[in-house]
Amino acid sequence: MKFLSNNALERLREGAEAPDLAGTRYRLLERIARGGMGVVYAAEDENLQRRVALKVLDVPGTDGDLANRLVREARVLAALEHPGIVPVHDVGTLADGRVFYTMKFVEGRRLDKYIESVTSIPDRLRIFVRICDAVAFAHARGVLHRDLKPANIMVGPFGEVLVMDWGLAKILHSGDSNGARAADRDATIFEKPKQRGIPSDSTEVSVVTGHGTILGTPGYMSPEQARGDVELLDARSDIFSLGALLRFILTGNPESGSTPGAVRIDKSLSAIGAKATAASPPQRYPNVQEMALDISRYLDGLAVGAHQETLLEKAGRFYRRYRFFILLIAAYLAMRVLILLFLHR
Amino acid sequence: MRQEDFQPGGDRFPLTRRSVIEAARSIDAEERERALEALCAAYWKPVYKYVRWRWHRPPDVAQDLTQGFFAELLERELLDKFDSNKSRLRTYLRVCVDSFIVNEDKAEGRQKRGGSIPHVALDFAAAEEELGATGIDPARIASPESLEEFFEKEWVRSLFTLAVEDLREWCEQRERSRTFRLFEAYDLEGNEKSSYEQLSKDYGISVTDVTNALSWARREFRKIALDRLRELCGSEEEFHREARAAFGWNAK
Repeated sequence: MKFLSNNALERLREGAEAPDLAGTRYRLLERIARGGMGVVYAAEDENLQRRVALKVLDVPGTDGDLANRLVREARVLAALEHPGIVPVHDVGTLADGRVFYTMKFVEGRRLDKYIESVTSIPDRLRIFVRICDAVAFAHARGVLHRDLKPANIMVGPFGEVLVMDWGLAKILHSGDSNGARAADRDATIFEKPKQRGIPSDSTEVSVVTGHGTILGTPGYMSPEQARGDVELLDARSDIFSLGALLRFILTGNPESGSTPGAVRIDKSLSAIGAKATAASPPQRYPNVQEMALDISRYLDGLAVGAHQETLLEKAGRFYRRYRFFILLIAAYLAMRVLILLFLHR
Repeated sequence: MRQEDFQPGGDRFPLTRRSVIEAARSIDAEERERALEALCAAYWKPVYKYVRWRWHRPPDVAQDLTQGFFAELLERELLDKFDSNKSRLRTYLRVCVDSFIVNEDKAEGRQKRGGSIPHVALDFAAAEEELGATGIDPARIASPESLEEFFEKEWVRSLFTLAVEDLREWCEQRERSRTFRLFEAYDLEGNEKSSYEQLSKDYGISVTDVTNALSWARREFRKIALDRLRELCGSEEEFHREARAAFGWNAK
């Protein structure tokens, strides 16, 4: 038997990783990213002559936990037809026995990269509202994302916002409409293996506890999710993540704090973030729509539900909202005063 | 252009392997023997090299200990005690090797053993050459983590070597010898200067044929290696973990 050098081992590994697309309508183009379950490739759909993203498991088999989870992720995506959620095209098993699905190829930038180029706070908040729209839609369909973070949000070249990576998504029981539904325990105990070397996901954790499996990303994970209290997870767990995401969008840091050099944000926005990330779920927004509504109210110069204003703050907000008219009236009054003074001289 | 270069994958390597853990617990003596052979084929080199590096034993003593270990594995039915929920087989065997050597040292009555691993040729001279070729400094693998890494790397090397041999035989059976030679030239012996263009010139075939032949060989190699790996694992979960380790999917 021939000795295999270290170089040969590496080349064998590289060569063996590529998926076997024989018998499919896809042609492999390039590897885009590696995740906990497998690899995402750019591929060409030769029938439709368009580029797609192809997510494929590392290992063969259609009945293992990972295979079930990938198929489940594809089905979750297929059920969520929304402009803010990446559409899935196809799911199946390759000739090499690996489960795959294809989805829209999203050309854009991750939120954490994109946000650096957006200097206006209102523009940043409008992006956030679009994220809320997509998450609210998923919640209305009984799906929790459970891993909302900047690395899982893409912003396209035309400003379209897409919520990605529904690999940790949990389907809630149907029949309850208040958005804070009980968890389907069986549906949530699957593991996202810890990843190494992928900057976007390097902080993800997966720890099995006595209650369930902790899945998510520190800083964005709700306390109940971090404890592995699977049965307590509901829409408010994603609201916690949205609160952390809001803070990240505004300050570059998902966690609140008065560390030296921290970016100061408006009290109303700070209150929205604090309410969304309250340690106790009942103290958070009951649903994403209410949180998005508070942001929209802030953008419109209205009082937000999360913050009780003082008289001075009310006056300040009133001034900011009607600055143009106030200045116009002030200029008019000043002009009148000047005219009166001139006439009485 | 020959048919073998552009078949997209009509002829697949037959996957028939059963876990050695299950087979080792079989009531059928032949089945048990086959399991030990499979285990021995995959692990004897990593074990031998591990004994040489970890325990600093000279070649003749390491050879004796390696054979003795596999004999003990059979005699004491150590595979029956393996629980894939608690550890990987690879780790379990390494720990068993350590215990075996400690016990042998205590007994100080180690006897020459040999011939107890049927149908597996243990080419210790080749293993010694490989140890030299790896260029590893034993002094640098003193920590438990680096020993684990060393054992894992040698285990992957052994697994891939067996898979390459299976692929060679499979190609010969399917009259695809040239496909294997292309695979050997590019994936096993190639370097950064290797190119499909150069291979197409060397073999007088088109670049597309080289691409197709290599794609086929890699797919088959992957399938064979995973099949061999599945045989060496006690559960589906362990198989997934070990596949990730063997193919480096954890580290990318």
